[in-house]
Amino acid sequence: MKILVCISNVPDTTSKITFTDNNTAFNNQGVQYIINPYDELALSKAIDLTNSGANGSITVITVGDSSTEATLRKALAIGADNAVRIDSRPLDAWYVANQIVEYAKDKNFDLILTGRESIDYNGGQLAGLLGDLLQIPSVSIVKGLNVINNEATIEREIEGGKEIIVTQLPVVIGAAEGIAEPKIANMRGIMGARTKPLDIIASTMVDPLTTIVTYEAPPVRGTVTLIEEDNIDELVSLLHHRAKVI
Amino acid sequence: MSVLIYIENTDGVLKKSAFEAASYGKEIADSLQCDTVAVSIGNVTTHELEKLGNYGVKKVINITNDDLKTFVNQAYAAVITDVATKENAQVIIFTNSFTAKGLAPRVASKLKAGFVSGAISIPVITENSFQVKRTAFSNKAIATVSIQSDIKVITINPNAFAAKEVEGHAEIVNFEPSLESKDFGTMVKEIIRNTDKISLPDAEIVISAGRGLKGPENWGMIEELAQLLEAATACSKPVSDAGWRPHSEHVGQTGIVISPNLYIAIGISGAIQHLAGVSSSKTIVVINKDPEAPFFKVADYGIVGDAFVIVPKLIAAIKAHQGN
Ligand SMILES: Cc1cc2nc3c(=O)[nH]c(=O)nc-3n(C[C@H](O)[C@H](O)[C@H](O)COP(=O)(O)OP(=O)(O)OC[C@H]3O[C@@H](n4cnc5c(N)ncnc54)[C@H](O)[C@@H]3O)c2cc1C
Ligand SMILES: Cc1cc2nc3c(=O)[nH]c(=O)nc-3n(C[C@H](O)[C@H](O)[C@H](O)COP(=O)(O)OP(=O)(O)OC[C@H]3O[C@@H](n4cnc5c(N)ncnc54)[C@H](O)[C@@H]3O)c2cc1C
Repeated sequence: MKILVCISNVPDTTSKITFTDNNTAFNNQGVQYIINPYDELALSKAIDLTNSGANGSITVITVGDSSTEATLRKALAIGADNAVRIDSRPLDAWYVANQIVEYAKDKNFDLILTGRESIDYNGGQLAGLLGDLLQIPSVSIVKGLNVINNEATIEREIEGGKEIIVTQLPVVIGAAEGIAEPKIANMRGIMGARTKPLDIIASTMVDPLTTIVTYEAPPVRGTVTLIEEDNIDELVSLLHHRAKVI
Repeated sequence: MSVLIYIENTDGVLKKSAFEAASYGKEIADSLQCDTVAVSIGNVTTHELEKLGNYGVKKVINITNDDLKTFVNQAYAAVITDVATKENAQVIIFTNSFTAKGLAPRVASKLKAGFVSGAISIPVITENSFQVKRTAFSNKAIATVSIQSDIKVITINPNAFAAKEVEGHAEIVNFEPSLESKDFGTMVKEIIRNTDKISLPDAEIVISAGRGLKGPENWGMIEELAQLLEAATACSKPVSDAGWRPHSEHVGQTGIVISPNLYIAIGISGAIQHLAGVSSSKTIVVINKDPEAPFFKVADYGIVGDAFVIVPKLIAAIKAHQGN
């Protein structure tokens, strides 16, 4: 099985989020970058499906500048076979999807895995865009995946339950919690990652469809009203009369 | 020209979020001086669809085709794109449901439309710009996004916009889509629903508990409180990781992001990754025995104390309140 895993290079979940250039760009000063946690799940699933590479190959791909290579090396250390970096700033999701399609379209991947969303820009767009552009099925928010021969059985999250879907490969999957246990790199993996191929490919011309104009901090919440534990009626009354939520 | 709204139903009943999306679309249509058109796929009665008229929808394209009884992402996307083109839709609105998360990007791709998910404001539209706000960095920032394409696709979160009733009447038009077999690449084999539960992403009230509860056997009082308030239940990540609760209840940066009217957090410390998923809740109540717990910094109301004492008292107080 030939698998492509799309990797987004994102600020660590504890990062302080601030902006520069008059609030038009993310301030990456002192920020640690990690593999987007959902992409880590996707990669872990790919390793399970190929039985650690014995039954197939795993390519990881990112659209980003050279600073994303550390993250790609980490993916190689966890278990990918080779890495591809498309050398460009990710202008918007449409732009990124088209870059990945340009690379993937003639390579006959059986499975393309993305995360359900990136934890920085949170668009949740890539899986659907890739599916449409490649004219193959896509399933977003996938909690379970099983592949037998050429058929995938997919567990998709729905409101208040789940849906079991079957499809023939190839398919694009947006990985969510539950799809796999996250794997960590061991010493052998880290050593081996240094010599695995990491190809750098030039980007193709695509006009983005959206632009982030400015960032702002979310509104600050008021201070907390503390209520004594012997005075719970007051809480109920405040929720009813003041907050009007019960 | 029109604003098109994709309307979701559960077993033939329109979701509350459908009316929210209709009202959101109506505001955009007013500023573009055009009509709001809705598209519904599934077995929804005319009577049910006519309710949309009271939320500013002028026309409902009603699709009841048997082949579209269950969700088929590619086929639904093709049908909505077809309707959007016929109705000359300028803006297409979806609710940010699990289904729309798969559907909206495919529709956007077909129309080469710029797509903004999880919008939190009505777009600001001028002659040559279209800008809308959304959260980014997992609720830690708000981004203003400009959409450059002619056609725009927007999803809005459930509960983010109130539905507004207006005088009006919706004309229901039945539509027979032309379907292609290539769009039936997936097949739904089975739908498993937790029937007795309120769906978490749609819930107006959410009762959530963390590691402070010590073990899965102590969730009885959480479920009782949830039932009293017709609320959904949620949990922190370590709780679902430990298998105390299902993954579908895990909220936060790597779980479900919610914005209910009321979020009650019990025995949850308020780690930054947890807050990312719940900080846009309208009212937050925190119950924690540690007065220094970070969650109190973002709470509206707080009680410092032992959950095992406070929650039963809260249940009793709510019962007394509901008795009146
Ligand atoms: C350095 C930098 C600068 C940016 N500048 C801008 C800007 O000026 N204006 C603007 O509008 N946006 C900007 N972005 C945002 C960027 O366009 C999006 O991160 C990206 O296009 C994908 O959208 P998303 O994050 O919503 O992805 P989602 O659709 O949420 O991601 C889902 C999945 O797609 C895959 N994926 C996401 N991004 C990539 C990627 N880059 N390479 C490979 N796979 C990926 C991952 O598997 C991920 O889990 C910038 C991002 C970065 C990192
Ligand atoms: C990459 C990454 C992603 C993550 N994503 C998420 C996410 O999406 N969602 C998430 O929730 N977490 C996430 N986490 C984990 C997060 O950092 C915290 O570890 C987690 O939220 C803590 O869960 P908790 O509050 O239940 O437990 P704890 O932090 O252990 O807190 C338990 C709380 O209960 C209180 N308590 C104890 N006994 C009682 C009692 N009898 N009565 C009242 N209060 C009591 C304690 O004072 C304490 O504040 C993530 C972490 C990482 C690294």
